[in-house]
Parts: sequence; structure tokens; C-alpha cells
Amino acid sequence: MPGKLKVKIVAGRHLPVMDRASDLTDAFVEVKFGNTTFKTDVYLKSLNPQWNSEWFKFEVDDEDLQDEPLQITVLDHDTYSANDAIGKVYIDIDPLLYSEAATVISGWFPIYDTIHGIRGEINVVVKVDLFNDLNRFRQSSCGVKFFCTTSIPKCYRAVIIHGFVEELVVNEDPEYQWIDRIRTPRASNEARQRLISLMSGELQRKIGLKVLEMRGNAVVGYLQCFDLEGESGLVVRAIGTACTLDKLSSPAAFLPACNSPSKEMKEIPFNEDPNPNTHSSGPSTPLKNQTYSFSPSKSYSRQSSSSDTDLSLTPKTGMGSGSAGKEGGPFKALLRQQTQSALEQREFPFFTLTAFPPGFLVHVGGVVSARSVKLLDRIHNPDEPETRDAWWAEIRQEIKSHAKALGCHAVVGYSESTSICEEVCILSASGTAAVLNPRFLQDGTVEGCLEQRLEENLPTRCGFCHIPYDELNMPFPAHLTYCYNCRKQKVPDVLFTTIDLPTDATVIGKGCLIQARLCRLKKKAQAEANATAISNLLPFMEYEVHTQLMNKLKLKGMNALFGLRIQITVGENMLMGLASATGVYLAALPTPGGIQIAGKTPNDGSYEQHISHMQKKINDTIAKNKELYEINPPEISEEIIGSPIPEPRQRSRLLRSQSESSDEVTELDLSHGKKDAFVLEIDDTDAMEDVHSLLTDVPPPSGFYSCNTEIMPGINNWTSEIQMFTSVRVIRLSSLNLTNQALNKNFNDLCENLLKSLYFKLRSMIPCCLCHVNFTVSLPEDELIQVTVTAVAITFDKNQALQTTKTPVEKSLQRASTDNEELLQFPLELCSDSLPSHPFPPAKEHLESASSNSGIPAAQRDRCSSWIELIKLKAQTIRRGSIKTTMTVEKASPVGDGNFRNRSAPPCANSTVGVVKMTPLSFIPGAKITKYLGIINMFFIRETTSLREEGGVSGFLHAFIAEVFAMVRAHVAALGGNAVVSYIMKQCVFMENPNKNQAQCLINVSGDAVVFVRESDLEVVSSQQPTTNCQSSCTEGEVTT
Amino acid sequence: MTSELDIFVGNTTLIDEDVYRLWLDVTDAVALRVRSGILEQTGATAAVLQSDTMDHYRTFHMLERLLHAPPKLLHQLIFQIPPSRQALLIERYYAFDEAFVREVLGKKLSKGTKKDLDDISTKTGITLKSCRRQFDNFKRVFKVVEEMRGSLVDNIQQHFLLSDRLARDYAAIVFFANNRFETGKKKLQYLSFGDFAFCAELMIQNWTLGAVDSQMDDMDMDLDKEFLQDLKELKVLVADKDLLDLHKSLVCTALRGKLGVFSEMEANFKNLSRGLVNVAAKLTHNKDYSLGPAVCGTLPLRPLATQRRAVLPESVFSVCPLPRWLPTPGPLGPLHGHPPRLPPAPVS
Repeated sequence: MPGKLKVKIVAGRHLPVMDRASDLTDAFVEVKFGNTTFKTDVYLKSLNPQWNSEWFKFEVDDEDLQDEPLQITVLDHDTYSANDAIGKVYIDIDPLLYSEAATVISGWFPIYDTIHGIRGEINVVVKVDLFNDLNRFRQSSCGVKFFCTTSIPKCYRAVIIHGFVEELVVNEDPEYQWIDRIRTPRASNEARQRLISLMSGELQRKIGLKVLEMRGNAVVGYLQCFDLEGESGLVVRAIGTACTLDKLSSPAAFLPACNSPSKEMKEIPFNEDPNPNTHSSGPSTPLKNQTYSFSPSKSYSRQSSSSDTDLSLTPKTGMGSGSAGKEGGPFKALLRQQTQSALEQREFPFFTLTAFPPGFLVHVGGVVSARSVKLLDRIHNPDEPETRDAWWAEIRQEIKSHAKALGCHAVVGYSESTSICEEVCILSASGTAAVLNPRFLQDGTVEGCLEQRLEENLPTRCGFCHIPYDELNMPFPAHLTYCYNCRKQKVPDVLFTTIDLPTDATVIGKGCLIQARLCRLKKKAQAEANATAISNLLPFMEYEVHTQLMNKLKLKGMNALFGLRIQITVGENMLMGLASATGVYLAALPTPGGIQIAGKTPNDGSYEQHISHMQKKINDTIAKNKELYEINPPEISEEIIGSPIPEPRQRSRLLRSQSESSDEVTELDLSHGKKDAFVLEIDDTDAMEDVHSLLTDVPPPSGFYSCNTEIMPGINNWTSEIQMFTSVRVIRLSSLNLTNQALNKNFNDLCENLLKSLYFKLRSMIPCCLCHVNFTVSLPEDELIQVTVTAVAITFDKNQALQTTKTPVEKSLQRASTDNEELLQFPLELCSDSLPSHPFPPAKEHLESASSNSGIPAAQRDRCSSWIELIKLKAQTIRRGSIKTTMTVEKASPVGDGNFRNRSAPPCANSTVGVVKMTPLSFIPGAKITKYLGIINMFFIRETTSLREEGGVSGFLHAFIAEVFAMVRAHVAALGGNAVVSYIMKQCVFMENPNKNQAQCLINVSGDAVVFVRESDLEVVSSQQPTTNCQSSCTEGEVTT
Repeated sequence: MTSELDIFVGNTTLIDEDVYRLWLDVTDAVALRVRSGILEQTGATAAVLQSDTMDHYRTFHMLERLLHAPPKLLHQLIFQIPPSRQALLIERYYAFDEAFVREVLGKKLSKGTKKDLDDISTKTGITLKSCRRQFDNFKRVFKVVEEMRGSLVDNIQQHFLLSDRLARDYAAIVFFANNRFETGKKKLQYLSFGDFAFCAELMIQNWTLGAVDSQMDDMDMDLDKEFLQDLKELKVLVADKDLLDLHKSLVCTALRGKLGVFSEMEANFKNLSRGLVNVAAKLTHNKDYSLGPAVCGTLPLRPLATQRRAVLPESVFSVCPLPRWLPTPGPLGPLHGHPPRLPPAPVS
């Protein structure tokens, strides 16, 4: 019974008119938690009632505290008939259960009604008194922190990264219960919202328990999803990475301020695999093995296409990452052993993280994915989670074995998803096979010796590109070359991954968003026939998506993909595939070859001409892209790389055969990276289409960049303006003569037009970059395609782009010196004064003089009536040798021009509603996150029976999404936060029935509520004293002289 | 392939000022935007422009409800808009066309007038949408402040968050609408809204109930009846020669050196004074409320034509021996922010 929840209802405002006669409302509030309900008094005749209630106290188990949401219902009192509901507010009190997060929830919450939307606001205060419960057998897991962020949160340090946690809860969907036939839509929606809220709470609690079992204290990269299975139930499932986190006591307040997080990390030496001799080979065709298992019933499962699912085939992992036994020192062997033992204890060595502490990631193998088609109506016991658990376990097992086949013992950037259409469900999982450093996986015992060892190693930035698998025992054919960076180890010619670009990777030029889009028609079928048809189509889709990605990557002149996410969506009569990734040019990987077009009928002259024309176009495009993305890798003399093979063999390859033909001896063929050209054979109109579609992708207008990763490779001078947005489009296909090509074209146009629209809308932010562009495709009906995009536009400073090589400290030094020169009007005098006594360069001198301001006692400072006096005093201080520490220097030094400009902008005063930023990224440019307040996980349903009146489907959804944003912001603000990071709209299910004038939409969003402080503000606070002093004395000086 | 649904929602509500301006006035902005050459500038397609315009129109449509009660816009949570942008939205929404306001100034803001908006639109060349918005704004402001205590300008500013200048204009509009001054007469055509607004401001300051007691309802809207009654007594200033002279000397002392047309004024004092007093005496008759016509129509303006005409009311208001506080005639700067305009010489 260890918790007391206290709730106070303060006031309401902007309530809707509920009594037509008086144009007013007699409102009161019901506060419900679990089975206990309290009521406020009725506040008569007001649209802005002031209830100012007593504290309503609920004494509850912490188990309930975690599961249950606080339910606040605002009603209109009616003497004669039933009271009318105005709307509800659900408050997740989970953030109050951690010790470090929010202590109180207090603020204005929008009152939400599933039929009418937001109807006014209510001011509520919520507190929790938690008693310690030391019961070992407890069912609650209060205190375990949850983060949506897929990296170690900014103000924490990872002590141990324990690994994968997952859980799944099933319940009957209220929408499909018999009672739904007789209750109102509102009641049905509310039942659903409440149920999902309860289930998420339960899920989180259960995951928390698992984390406690692993002796962790947090879940990072927490991803929770809903599967609306229809008749068979409602599934809420979640995955995450259990960690032990340590709060950084004084969150690096004095670290040099960085504009982007990447810089922060670069400072730390990268502890790469130490042994330079360790090399192994084997290329990575990025998209490794997929299996398609179709199981109409539990017992039956068929695997197609992939042979390497067989677990016994897996190469010994111990050797996988570079035959350590042979060449590596004894330490290396130890390291391997430790890694292995640490990982092998785990059922699934998966990590949902996409960015890692420096040194965590040793090698990356490639993308591993698995899909499986299931029939929902064959679940024996739909109310129990066992069947789904078994499904997912099967898929995870596959992923694990794929990773092993790539010589990797872990999977990072792991995610799971589903696509459901009627009774067919595609389960998908994907991740990046990787070799990890054991340092973070175990208790601190190893740390000492490891750290010691690491210091001896030279930091390299290419380690993660080196292949983890055995060269002689390659899991699939590929080209290998020696790493272009260290020249010692082998790298594949292309690298596909699902993770973010490691911060220490060397990238040439900028990155760009690369998408592969694909539609495949499918016959309408029932049950097993349908499932079979789908699983037969899947491998072809994967293959084509992969080919498209590869072609587009080459067309961009790049050699690696990050953040790859392939989404396969199933509809009644078609399958859609959408892959998004960020292409980059990794310096460690070989230069990609071009694309060559080969005709099948070489005798036809005009045809030849056409082909050569196409070829020219492609070559031009590649050249143009290279220029656009500033890809100009340094020329490398051939000898270093290895002797080239004399004539590049004319390879006649099958169309779309990207997995470099098996007939070639990869071991010796070292020059491939350079000479190899990707051959496209045009043998039918189909292929022609493909080539055309390659060329139709228009690059974003100048000043725009886009990527789907956290940060844009090659840009690191972000300014602080951000704009997160969601855009939704639905198109109706004309049902006449639908062909695959027409479909593809439609889909392609849809995505391209959507992007074009975004560029147009955000043109005022140029130069800017769309980051974390997240496309979601769904097929709500036969002829409808819905695409939802969420992304954030971040402005950056074009002029600063060249300065990136300078370290922040250098910058700040420079900056400070110039500043002082501006402020102090006679720097020379000062210099001459102090130079003799100090052997510092002049710039530093100024710095000292400026910062020593704070060293002068306040009383003295006040007494300084004139500028001259102050200077004299300062000079004296310097002569006396009171030199400030670097800390002061940094405190006093401004970061960059961007921040400066912001500071000078007039602050937005007199705003009553605090601004809450939202971003899908884990950071806020130009700001420091000082506190994580807890996870935001909200689920809303909105329904209307007056679609036309609300402005049609667009008006309806536009208003709803705006309302969802508003509710997220209100909750964050009530927690005391000013931003949501790692925001994601996980679901946006939209259904319409225009004939009935009805529509319904379900939206699920999540993110981390945080408090951030602008770096410029940080400085202002810390450097206020000296600055103001200087300035005031400046003016004084002007007056007196 | 047809687009069924197409929306864009930003965490910070995206507002394109150009589109907003168009939205205020026209129902279909796409064609106008195309004509502005935006497609060439940005390289966008017509479809993109269409979608963008629709998005903005939808947003503005949703915002309109809030713009009707601007304090709501400040406190609402649905649209995150920086305060400077909020102010801009409000100010633009409540801005009006001088040509339009001249047509409806002093008219009853009723449905009847609303029906005439078609004609006004044709006459002034202002779009019907814009006319409707402006008319509804006048009406809304009127309704809200109608029964309120306290200063009219302050009330408007508080409830509509308008800039000082715009709030003063609205105060004038409300004042004229309440008192139904006829401003549409032919001989008043040359007067601009600014001129009337200036008169209104002075009348509010000096002649309304509020000038007597700041705690009255409608204090700035209704003229003080008692005062108007008292004004009849002023006839003595014309009738009695001694008083006329005394009046003249007082006025001349007060205005000497402050008026560019002082000598003309002094020379014509008798005529001027008679005109004014006649107007004053008739003010109790509702029909003759039209101060402007009286002053401007009956007075020999030609001698004053060199000086800004608006001098007149100021002098009139200030020199009338009213039994209350009198403003000292101030320097004659640009009136009320409106560009000064000279009246045409009256036809003699």
C-alpha cells in the first residue's frame, strides 16, 4: 500500500457553452483513480469556473500507481436530466514515481472529448507521496526510468548496458465487444483509450520488473506499439534496452558548449579493436538474410529462401571478429571471451539503441532482418499472450542466427513492427549485426584493465567498418578491399546499417535521404491462400527494394546507408514496400563504382544510341550529385590499395543482381571498389521504367538537406530554430487497370510530391535540414494509400560550415579575445601593461583580463566609479598573477555567432503559454538538456459524425493532429518541462466513411519530456557579471572621458 | 490518382504572412499566388502551391474562431504561435480599409447594413469577403464594449489586444455607430476617416458622460445630455455684444501664436463663433448631431484653407467655456496618425 496520490482541481477556462438558455455552464469535476471517485462542487454559471477544491487523496498500491491513469472528467450539472460530459483528461502519473524526475504535475490540461475534440482547459495539481517498499516479491517496479531516446540520455552515463527487454500484453478490444453495439461511440472510444492506457502502464511495470531482475535501473530506447488485431484482440508490446545509468552529478556544465552532440563525443578517444593484424574478410552485402516463414497455425512453419537460418551453420563467433586466437595477444582473447560470455548469457543479444557511447561498437556486419506472415484467426487462445510471444521469439531467433552468420554476436539498432490487414499479419524485425565492446556489458570489474589497455591503442575512426566475419568463410559473396583509412583491415564495398552514423566516423561530404518505393499487386484471397501469396511475394519485394536502394546509393556516389528502415505494408490487394535511409560516403570504404547500362540487343543502332544516351544521363547525375553533396574523396594511389587487376572484365550480369556475382574470386579482386561498375541490363520495358524512376528523383532545392538519421552527416553548425511537423497524405487510386507500374508511379509521385511540399512550406528556414524524416505507409482501404511523415527541420549556419575543424575551445578563445577587443576600447594599453609580466600571447591576456572581473571582489567593483579605475584595478590583478582557471574562461566565452544572434533577439515576453519544443531527435540544437522528466506515451481516439461540417477529412485530421500536439505540450509543461525529445508518432490510423459523414482516427505518440537550457542562456547566467560590468563601465568611460 | 487528404501540421504553427493577407481578403488565393510569380521563384509546381494554400486556409479558418476573441488566442493551447506572430495576426485581422469604414461610419451596425455590403464592395472595390470581415469586426467590437464601464479605448484594447492606434480607431467607429452621426452626406465626402476619428476622440474626452464621471456605464459612448442642454446657453455669446467681445479676447489670448491662421481667425471671429454656437445650440436635437456638417458646412472655411482644417474642432472644443476640464490646444501635429488632407474650398 505504499503510495498516496493527491489531486487538486484548481480551475477551468474556455469551457464550452452547455446551457443554451443562459449561454453558460454549470461545471463540476470527477476525479477517478482505480475504483475511487471524488467530485468537486458544482460551479454555477461560468465558462471559467474556479473550483479550488480540497486535496483529493487516494491511497493506492504502487502497482496501481504504475498501471492506472488518473482520470479527470469535467461534466455539466443538470438538475433534471443526466449530467453531460464535457470532456476528459488522462494523466499518466508515472513520471512522479521516479526519484529524480518531476515532483509535481501542475498546469493547464486541454479537456478532451473523443467526439468534439478539445473543449476548454482545466488546471490540476497532482502529487504522489511514495513510501519505500523493500518487499522482494513486489509486483511493481517504481523507480525504473524509461527513455524513448535510442542513445544514452545526455545527462547520464551508462555504467552497464544489460540488454534486451521485451514484453507483450493482450486484451480484448472494446470496439469488438458485444456491448459496443449498444453503447455510444463516445463510451466505446473512452473504453478503448482507458484500456490502452492501462495496458501501457501494466506493460511498463512488467518491463520494469525485468530490468530490476537484471539489476538495471533504466530502459533506454523504449519502443511501445499497439497492434489492433481486430476480433482477436488488442496487443500492446514493447521492447527496450535495460541499462544501469548514473546521473552525471553536475551535468558537464562547464564543458565547452557544442552546437552539435557529435563534437562532444569526438573529444574522447575511440577505443577500437586494438590488434591491427586482426583481419578477417568477407564482404557485407548489406541486407543479409531474410526468411519468410508462413505459419497458418502454430505448428506449421515454413521457411523459404534462406539457408542460413540454420543455426548450426553459424561460424564460431569467437573467431568471427577477426581470428583473435591466432594473432591477437592474450588480452584480446580475454576480451573476446568476456564479450562472448557476457552476451551468450542473454537469450537475445539485442540492443534497441542506435547511437552508442564511444568505443561500444567495434565492428558492424550489416543489416539483418526477418519477416513472418501469420494468420490472426488461428490463434488458439486469443486472450493470452503465449501465441504472439512464440511468434516474436521465433523471429528474434532468426535475427540472432543471421547475426551469427555474419560473425557478429549482437544486434544493434534493433526494432520490430507489424502490418495487419484483416486476418493477415506480417511481423518484421530488423537490426544491424555488430561486434560490441564488452566494457559496457558487464560490471565494472573489467573496466580497469580495459581502460588501461585502451590507452595504449591509437584511436582509429574506421574500426566499425571493418568486417567482423571471416574472410575465408564468408556468409555471402562480396567484394573486399583494404580499409581506405587504416589500410590494414578489410572493408566491404558498401555498408548498410539501421543505426545512426557513429559520431567518430569519417564522412566525406554530406549525406542525403535515400528512399526505395515499391508496390506489388496481389490477388484478393482468403486466409491461408492469402498468407501464402504474401509470403511468396515478400522475397521479391525485399530484393527489389534492396536493388533500388543500391542503385540510388550509387547514383548519389555514396557507399553506406545508415538508419535503414524497410517497411512492408499489407493491404487487401497490394503490398507496399518503403525503405528510407541516409546515404553517406564513408572515407574508410572504397569509392563506389558507377552504374552501367547494358542493352540486350546490341545490333540495333537506335537502341544503342538510346542506351548510350541513358548512360550519359546517369553519369551526369552521378557527377552532379557528387558536386551537390560535396563528395570529393582524396585520390589514393593504387599501390597502397593493392595491385589493380589489369582489365575490368566485362561482366554481363543479370538485371538487378546486386549481390556481386558469386563467380568472382573476391579475395584477390581488390581493385573492385574502384573499377567495379554496377551493371543494369535493359531487357524489357520494366527495366526501362526502373532506370527512368532512378532519374526522376529530384534532389531537394538548394539550401535544403534531408536525412532520416539523428544528425546530418557533414553539417554540425546547427542554429537553434527547429520546427517539428507531421504531414499526412492519402491518395485514392483509380481502380481501373491497375498495374504494378502504374502503382509504382503513383506511389513514387506521392512520396516525391510530399517531399516537394515540405521543401516549399519550410522555405523560410533555408538553409535547413530535415532530420529524422520518418515515413509511414498504410493502406487503410482498397484503393487508398496513406503516407504519414514526421520530421524536424533544423536551421544551420552556412557560414560556419568551414570552421568545423576548430575545436570548441579554440573557437571560444578566439571569440573571447575578439569580444574583449570590442569591449575594452584600448586593449593595447592593457597589453603593454601586462605583457612584460606574462609570457602569454596577447589574446589570452585579454581573456584573463576579462574573466578576472569575477575575481575582483564585488565591493571593490562597485566602488570603481570610472572605467579607467576598473581597468587599472584589473591590470593590477593581472600583475599580481591572479589568473583565472580555464573554467572561468569557458564560462565567460560565448559559443558562436548563432547563439549571439539569438540572444540579441528580443525575448518573447508576455506570453502566457510557455513554449514547448518537440523534436524526434534526442537533442535540441544549441541547448543542453538538464533533466529528463519521464516518458510521454499517449493514445487518442477522435471520431466525428459531422465530417463535412468539420472541413472534410483534411479539416478533421488537421485539427486532431494539432490537438494531439497541444495535449503532449500541455503534459510536458505540467511536468515542468519545456521540450519533448525523441518524439515519435507511432500510429496514425485513419478511417473514413464519407457517405455516412463519419471518420475516426487513432493516434499514438511518445517521447521524453525534458528540461533544456539554451547554451546562450547558460552563458548569460555564468558570464553575466563580467559582461554587464564591462559594458556598464564602458558607457561610464565614454561619459567621463 | 486524387489526393483525398493532404495536411501539414507543425509544432509551431506555420504562418505565411502573404497567404494570411490573401486569406483576409479573398476566397481563392491560388491564382493570385501564381500571379505573384512564386512558382518561378521557388521552382514549385502548381499542385504544391495548391496544397500549401489549402493548408494555410485551413489553419486560418481554425484560428478565426480564436481571433474573434483575441485573449483566447493568447491562452489557447492548440496552436503554438510566438507572441509577436499572435500580435500580427490580430492586428491584421482587425485592420480595415479607410474606404470601407467611410461607407459605414455612423450607420447602425445591423443586418440591414450588412445586406448593403455587396454594394459597398462594388463601390469601393474591396472584396466582399474583406467587407464582411471588417463589418463583423466593427459589430463584434461594438457588442463587446457597448455595455462596459471604463474608458472605451482601454476596453477595446483589453478585449481585443489591438495596438493603441487601432484601438483608438475602433473607439471612434464605436462612438459614431452608437451616436449615429451621419457622415455620408455629400458635403462631408471630402472628410477622411481620420478627421472623423479625431473629432470622435475629442468628443469622447470632453463631451461624454465619462468626462463627468468615470464610473458610469457606457461612459465614453453617450454624449452628456445635460451638457448638451447647457450648450444652448451659449447663444448669449453671439447675442450679447459685450460677451462676444470678451469671448473673442479670451480666445485670441489663448490662441495667439499657436495658430498659423490666427489673423484670419481673428478677423472672422464673429462669423466663426456664430456658426459654432448655432451648432452647439442644436446639438440636443438628435437629428442635428452631425457636428461635422454643421461646423464645416456653415463656417466660412476659405480663410482657413491654408491651415489644416482640423484646427477648427480643436479650437472649438477647447475654447468653449465649458463647466469642466478643458484641454489646452496642443501643437497641431499630424492628426491621429492619419495623413492630413485639406478640404476643398466650399462652393459659395
